[in-house]
Amino acid sequence: MLVLVVITALAFDFTNGFHDTGNAMATSIATGALGPRTAVAISGLLNFVGAFLSLAVAATIASGLVDTGKVTLTVVAAGLAGGIIWNLVTWLFGIPSSSSHALIGGVIGSTIAAAGGSAVLWHGLVSKVVLPAVLSPIIAALVAACGTWLLYRITRSLTEGARQHGFRIGQVGSACLVSLAHGTNDAQKTMGVITLALIANGTLAKGSNAPIWVIVCCALAISIGTYIGGWRVIRTLGKGLVEIESPQGMAAESASAAVILLSSSFGYSLSTTHVATGSIIGTGLGKKGAEVRWNVAGRMATAWVFTLPSAGIVGAAAYGIADGVHGTFGVVVVLILLAALGGLIYYRSRGTKVDHNNVNAEWTGTVAPTEVPAEKAAA
Amino acid sequence: MSWINLSALWKIVVFGLIAGAGLPALFAGGLYSLSLGPRRARAAGASGAETDSDVLVGGSVVGMVLAVIAFLIVLAAIGWSIYEIYQIGHPAPAKK
Repeated sequence: MLVLVVITALAFDFTNGFHDTGNAMATSIATGALGPRTAVAISGLLNFVGAFLSLAVAATIASGLVDTGKVTLTVVAAGLAGGIIWNLVTWLFGIPSSSSHALIGGVIGSTIAAAGGSAVLWHGLVSKVVLPAVLSPIIAALVAACGTWLLYRITRSLTEGARQHGFRIGQVGSACLVSLAHGTNDAQKTMGVITLALIANGTLAKGSNAPIWVIVCCALAISIGTYIGGWRVIRTLGKGLVEIESPQGMAAESASAAVILLSSSFGYSLSTTHVATGSIIGTGLGKKGAEVRWNVAGRMATAWVFTLPSAGIVGAAAYGIADGVHGTFGVVVVLILLAALGGLIYYRSRGTKVDHNNVNAEWTGTVAPTEVPAEKAAA
Repeated sequence: MSWINLSALWKIVVFGLIAGAGLPALFAGGLYSLSLGPRRARAAGASGAETDSDVLVGGSVVGMVLAVIAFLIVLAAIGWSIYEIYQIGHPAPAKK
């Protein structure tokens, strides 16, 4: 049963990977600083490295959010299921939503279903998850807006081409940093969950740190997921929000990297998605004449507000199913349902395919670029 | 009010600004300094429609030296912060 939970957790980590690739690489792919496949390869590698860099977030997830005494393996499995489903659904619609919140929401939901509200460490949740979630995109936007404004001012006298060229190089550096940062924050989350599971199972003592094999597996899962690439989300971030030029790309990624790395070191589990989006919007604000597609931003904000509760509901429901069909078999049932849903979503996604070929096509209002009819193009 | 860790918050804002906006600005400064020099003036003087006038390196020696210094500072800052994060994230085990 523990094995099942660990596998599910790694599956979540995988979905986290392809959901979040965009945070680091969307701007670089959109401006052409990096080729799409190179970008995701680099991102995968750096996520792997970043996962080893800081253990603070794993500690928060494992012990700071729910009373580990009340948590059972079923709870963890159900929570993961909730998180995975939310991740897959938002991926289908190309909405960059927070994998972090999906996971936390799912675990909280299933914990409440299992043990009631008192098992949740509400104080820890608010101060280490909810508040950072709300504040971080604002801080990121601020930093990115300042950065963008500064960048354009300082390089005023450069020709357009020279500026793009120079900042493309800068973009590569900053995008790498974000991938590293993502590893420190997001891979840590899953490690925290697995540690939580291990504690719940009694394998580890309360308050332990994550064991090495956990770290390695999570690092691997997230980097492979990153490499597979979440083209849909990359597209929304790179093209749908703000039309991005190189200086903006670099400003956005630097702001994201800085905020994420700083917060990780405090043990705050952030949504890298929220931070990246905040940064991208900030660059739209910092540059005169840049357009921010507020309707897209609005859709995202709505999705975000719903993430914690929705994932929570799915997590709670998953727990209900697992508990109703007692024991290990219950968890197996949930996992089969999960796999089925996953397959369904994947199947639907093939109809409106986004991959490395069309990720940079002109934004026409929907995630998957619409084909221009031959007659219109010829006219 | 223990709900918000104010001390952490202001640190993130301040260091975020310094690192997230300041370092790129330094990089931009490096680019600007790199572009100083005769080559750029020559390119600008030539026909404005030519696309190969997008020269990044201007040729001024002082400019290039300053640029390299700027870039090195940026790299050093990044390296240092990664080191710091590693230190914070891997606290030494308490002595028994």
